[in-house]
Order: sequence, then C-alpha cells, then structure tokens
Amino acid sequence: MSLLPYLTAGWIFLVGVHGIATSRNLVHAVGCLAVTQSSTYVLLLAVGYRKGATAPVFSDLPTDAPVVDPVVQALALTDVVVGATVTALLLALVVQTAKRHGTVDPDELSELKG
Amino acid sequence: MTRRLRLWVLNAGLLATAALYAAACTGLPGFGGSRHPYGDRAVRTALQQHTANAVSSVNFDQRAFDTLGEETVLFACVLGTVVLLRQTRGEKRVPPEPAGVPAALRRYGLLVLPVTLLIGLYVIAHGQLSPGGGFQGGVVVATSLHLLYIAVDYKALERVRPLGLFELADGTGEAAYVLLGAAGLIAGSAYLANTLPLGTFNTLSSGGTVPLLNAAVGVEVTSAVVVLLAHFLGQALEIEGEDGDAKDGGRTA
Amino acid sequence: MADALTAVVLLLVAAAATVAVLQRDPARQAVVLSLLGVALAALFTVLQAPDVGLAQLAVGSAVTPLMILLTVRKIRCNGRRE
Repeated sequence: MSLLPYLTAGWIFLVGVHGIATSRNLVHAVGCLAVTQSSTYVLLLAVGYRKGATAPVFSDLPTDAPVVDPVVQALALTDVVVGATVTALLLALVVQTAKRHGTVDPDELSELKG
Repeated sequence: MTRRLRLWVLNAGLLATAALYAAACTGLPGFGGSRHPYGDRAVRTALQQHTANAVSSVNFDQRAFDTLGEETVLFACVLGTVVLLRQTRGEKRVPPEPAGVPAALRRYGLLVLPVTLLIGLYVIAHGQLSPGGGFQGGVVVATSLHLLYIAVDYKALERVRPLGLFELADGTGEAAYVLLGAAGLIAGSAYLANTLPLGTFNTLSSGGTVPLLNAAVGVEVTSAVVVLLAHFLGQALEIEGEDGDAKDGGRTA
Repeated sequence: MADALTAVVLLLVAAAATVAVLQRDPARQAVVLSLLGVALAALFTVLQAPDVGLAQLAVGSAVTPLMILLTVRKIRCNGRRE
C-alpha cells in the first residue's frame, strides 16, 4: 500500500507518454498529454497525504488538528486550471494545422514537409 | 528511421524510465507518513495570517509570486488561442440554425443555470474560508453560462456573453493582480507582500490581500474560460472556409 | 478501510487513464477523459484535497472534453470539404 499511489502515478505517466509517441492523430495526442499531466497531480497529492489527517481548511477545525500538506495541493490546484488553457492552445494549433494541411496525422505531416 | 525501429527505441526508453522510477519510489517517504516539514510550516503561517483555508494562503499569500507566474501562463495561452482561432481572410461567419430543444431539457437547464452560477460565485467569494477560490469558482461560473447553449441555443448564449467585455475582463484580472502586488511596494514592503490588516479569523474579510488577489484570479479565470470556449464554439459552429458550406461537404470541388 | 478505498480509487484512475490512451478515436477519447476527470476528482477528495478535486471536476469533466469535441467537429467539417 505504501508504494501503490507512487506507482500508479508512474503508470499513468508512462501510458500517457506512450500514447503521445504512437498517436496517429494530433487531437488524440493532446488528449494523451492531458492524461500524462494528471500523473503529476496524483504524485504530488500522494506525497502530501498524511494518514488520519483532514483537509487543510480550518474554518471548522481546531487549529492544532492534523492536516495534509497544503503546499502540494496549491501546486496541483493552479496547474489543473492553467493546464486546461495550455490544452486549449495546443488544440488551437491543431485546428490551424488541419486548415493549412488538411490532415492531423503527424506521419503524413512530416511527409508533407519533404 | 522506420516505424518499427522507432517503437523499439520508445519502448526501451519507457522500460528504463519505469525501472528507474520504481527504484526511486522505494526511496520516497512512505505514503501517508507523518513527516511534512513544508506543510507544517505553511499551515503555521496560514494561521498566523488569519487565513482559514491553508491552500488559499499558500496560493495567494505565501507563494503569491508563483501564482502570478501561473496566471501569466494562463493569460498568454488565452492570447495565443484567440490569435490562432480568429476569423481569417477568406473565411466567413454563418450563424448556425437554431435547433429544437426538448421542453424538459429546457426547463431543467434554465433551473440549473442560476443555481450553478450562484455556486460558482460562492466558491470564488469563500476562497479563503472553505475549499474553493478564484481558480475553481471561475471555471464553474464560466461553465454555468454555457448551460444556456444546451438549454436554449447558440444565439441566446451569444447574447449573455459580450465577448469584447470578457476579453477586457481577462486583461483587467491580470492587471489587477500585478497592481495589487505593487501595493506591497508602496506600503514599504516586498512585492506581493500581505500588507493589509489581517481581519478576524474565519470571516469573509480575513486574510489581508488574499481575498483581493483571489477575486482578481476569479475574474481572470472566468473570462479566460468564457473566451476560450467562445472561440472554439465559433470555429466549430460558425466559421467556414472560403470554398462553400461545411454542411454540403464533398460536393464542392 | 480508508486504505482500501484509496486503493480502489487509485486503480480506477489508472484504468481510466489506460483506456483514455488506448481509445484512438478522439471523440470517444473525450468521453473517457471526462470519466477520468471524475475519477481523479474522487481520488483527490479521498486524499483530503477538496480544493484540487473541485478544480479537477470542473476542468477535467467539462471544459477539456468539450474543447476536444469542438476541435474534432471543426476538423471533420474541414476534412469533408477536401
């Protein structure tokens, strides 16, 4: 149990990278990148977890209650939202590629370049 | 390099990474352990700064400069997407046909929309007290507006979504964050330092600059998501290339 | 008990991520991605991170899949015109 969360994060990362590298469709590749990105959230939150502790919100907790690490949560939180806008930028690039070259297959695109 | 060879190189690399990563995991402190030196310090500082939600305290006070960087990435991405997805020469806008919506879906959508909007605003406003804040609430508010597209139609969505204003609001949110940071300098402290009175613990006005920075992020994230979805919707539903209708497909030469 | 729950949700996330990568059709992948978003949000809640869970639920289950679906629609329209 003490290694399972870390190994899950690693698995998600590897699966995502494999998907990006073998993808035949740029939209699919962007989706795989979103999967890869989520592995970092799993790893961060797993590192910050503390057994028997609650969320680091003290509005209805005594101030000496054990809580999980808020630093890693803040890191993951901002990246979830910012990551979505990066995905949007990549998808916009894919739309442009489709308009210019009429294909979104990376292999066909490299042949076009010649 | 052939496809097969490339696959071999990829798999070898992935296997090596997997082995190294698994070995590294055994050296990590165990899952759920009780030693969190950074977390403990961050929690102590959050309580000192009268911010009940320690995550918001880290985001908007202790690591506010880091959040400025994140926000700038967000802003730049929105800017890039808007430029890439703008209407180019030779493309024309054809407003999509209004589609019929089942009455039940319409009723449900119009009922859920104000509730979702209210929840989103609540989540933004209580960022320093309960789980939530500008990042999460902003996405909820922006998504709630798009229920109008599902419940009524695209035209109704366009009417409640003056795009120019939202683009302006996006920049204003970013500018507000930068300027609020400068307020720390004027007060004779560091950039983005929390110089305002800290208020009473666990009230809406607690946390000094945290609620203000949180609100700035809320405005920016809301308008960022609205602007992004607007451009994607525009590309998918309205903008068509020069040679004719997207709908009558392959018939144009 | 809490350990078992964490393990189940972790495996669910891993499975959803694997299916999302193996699903080669981007439109179907978007649906799996939104399931992955919900599974991740559940995991973050179990790991006592409601802040991140909330963000993941809004972004992962709605915004990202929606943008992918709109991109797919745009590209299909383009492709048919060739």
